[in-house]
Amino acid sequence: MIVQDSKIILEVRGLCASVNGVEILKGLDFTVKSGEVHAIMGPNGSGKSTFAKVLAGHTAYEVTAGTALFEGKNLFELAPEARALAGVFLAFQYPIEVPGVANNQFLRLTYNTIQVQRGKEELDPLEFDDFVREKMKLLEMSPDFLDRNVNEGFSGGEKKRNEILQMALLEPRLAILDETDSGLDIDALKIVSQGINQLTNKDNAIVLVTHYQRLLNYIVPDFVHVMEAGRIIKTGGKELALELETRGYDWVAAEYQAASETRVAEGAV
Amino acid sequence: MSAVLQNIVNQPYKHGFITNIESDVAPKGLNEDTIRMISAKKNEPEWLLEFRLKSYQAWLKMEEPTWPNVHFKKIDYQAISYYAAPKQKPKLKSMDEVDPELLRTFEKLGVPLHERMALAGVAVDVIFDSVSVATTYKHKLAEVGIIFCSMSEAVNEYPELVQKYLGTVVPTGDNFYAALNSAVFTDGSFCFIPKGVKCPMDLSTYFRINTEETGQFERTLIIAEEGASVSYLEGCTAPAFSSNQLHAAVVELVALDNADIKYSTVQNWYAGDENGVGGVYNFVTKRGLAKGINSRISWTQVETGSAITWKYPSVVLLGDNSVGEFYSVAVTNHLQQADTGTKMIHIGKNTRSTIVSKGISAGYSNNSYRGLVRIAPNAADARNYSQCDSMLIGDQSGANTFPYIQVGNNTAQVEHEASTSKIGEDQLFYFAQRGVNAEAAVSMIINGFCKDVFQQLPMEFAVEATKLLSFKLEGSVG
Repeated sequence: MIVQDSKIILEVRGLCASVNGVEILKGLDFTVKSGEVHAIMGPNGSGKSTFAKVLAGHTAYEVTAGTALFEGKNLFELAPEARALAGVFLAFQYPIEVPGVANNQFLRLTYNTIQVQRGKEELDPLEFDDFVREKMKLLEMSPDFLDRNVNEGFSGGEKKRNEILQMALLEPRLAILDETDSGLDIDALKIVSQGINQLTNKDNAIVLVTHYQRLLNYIVPDFVHVMEAGRIIKTGGKELALELETRGYDWVAAEYQAASETRVAEGAV
Repeated sequence: MSAVLQNIVNQPYKHGFITNIESDVAPKGLNEDTIRMISAKKNEPEWLLEFRLKSYQAWLKMEEPTWPNVHFKKIDYQAISYYAAPKQKPKLKSMDEVDPELLRTFEKLGVPLHERMALAGVAVDVIFDSVSVATTYKHKLAEVGIIFCSMSEAVNEYPELVQKYLGTVVPTGDNFYAALNSAVFTDGSFCFIPKGVKCPMDLSTYFRINTEETGQFERTLIIAEEGASVSYLEGCTAPAFSSNQLHAAVVELVALDNADIKYSTVQNWYAGDENGVGGVYNFVTKRGLAKGINSRISWTQVETGSAITWKYPSVVLLGDNSVGEFYSVAVTNHLQQADTGTKMIHIGKNTRSTIVSKGISAGYSNNSYRGLVRIAPNAADARNYSQCDSMLIGDQSGANTFPYIQVGNNTAQVEHEASTSKIGEDQLFYFAQRGVNAEAAVSMIINGFCKDVFQQLPMEFAVEATKLLSFKLEGSVG
């Protein structure tokens, strides 16, 4: 929802980032205010997932220029865990398997770590068990998820639910969901989307990174951004997603190209 | 990232201090006179001197094994001193007579020797260099007929028991290091649980090498008679010297009908520094004979120390329906090398064995599992299950698995599972993204990896082992 006079949660200016010396993000600008839902769309290789990982602080990516302020703090000065503790959450496109570590142990460790940061009380295993089971109902997850090892042997859909479960537990200020819809069948997509919708409120914000419009039937964005070659080249409302669905991405790129040529020409005059 | 993992693995060794205590150290070198000297110092009976000399003759004809996947400069056996003992009154009547410096040493190591402050419910035999300095709860155990004392004392007080069992599980000529041990062993623990007795407390031996350029050759013998049971734990540390120390122990276990022996080790000998200078060569022969029907021998080891480990706690399953178990966690870091595993020799009918091995390699270390499962022709319906998992930390360490399976009876069932995993950047990033720092993440991953083994340890030692591992791996994740 777009809220009048709401606070800026994230402000990215001129972000450039590279991996293994190859520049992926090339001057990206992006602003998110509290209460808002943003969708970032774009063709494969446009830099959507890189943007998500750079915000979360993945060490394989190097920020070469630009700034990112998260609630006024310079995000790039914070270690990945400090960003998480500050309230940045990334739902992974490919959630990582952790053999030997039971999901309930992992979830409790992360939950308690964040609780301590917020000056709140930690939960012991029994209290946590009750708490997490309630949250799992939101995503229609079976309790045996708790005893299995973190993401090990999970189906694609189960992994994505497990990510959203963590979002529900950690209550981040900014949740970046990297292709959470991929690998979900239509029933699972509905359940996960409903879960996400219940987690949105006027104080947090969600950034959905997706290829497909279908997710946006269930989670209605306030803004849709098109990413191309490491930049956001068009921003619109939810109707833009429908247009992309029918017309593809090429026209947006062409429009952007024409506009920048115009800008160059005008600049030359 | 490397830096983070490195820091987690690379905590300094806490037990590296040296005790300044006047010691009686034999001149370096090994010949028959050395052996006669050791035997004389210990007032040994003639048969034991002969046992030693026979072993020495066998050893002279043997070669060091070259098959382990470890590399080191050839040991000069003439440059080692074969006997070192803290100078004190010849016969101690009570703990109050123990040199206060020694008491302080063991308190510093977390092994208090005064019974009033001793580990609750655990009897401890303490070996300092070549001799046993104290055994706690001895009298309480004697009330139920259990003998728990140093090997030297057993040789003098219970010679017929020692003579009956010594060398029956690990023969004098079994292998190079066992032969050497049989020739020059100095002390160790002796433990005898008579028929039908369940040992009321855990028994424990704490080994400490203190003197530089001294070998430690302890000899432990545990006998559980019909229907007896015992849980035994050993712990080991050594000061940080730049020279290498040789530790060649022999442990023999004998379980008669329906007896049960559980032997747990937390090995934390000095491992050398980060450049591989110094550290203990841990070349140990441990073997249990499940002699009686329905007997059970279970080895649990947590191996974190030593520059080089060469060790295969084994079980010979002779009695019908006997059970052998091996649960192992071996951690190597820096330039440590470990070649460790087990042998399960199935001879009796319907015998069962379980092997669970977890190897963790960090730094530039090399960690190998080597195991033999042999099913003899008469071992009908024998079963074995083996699981060997390796975990790599960083990208410079190595893990190997060398399983040998020999099946001579077609009713046997043998299963082997193996896996290799890596604590990778992606896992740590995943934890970090949820607010968890690398140290807590590594600790959780390692404990998860080792839990099948840790749950075999007696409770207080499981806690100790968990701490030791986190400590050992602090700073290594990259």
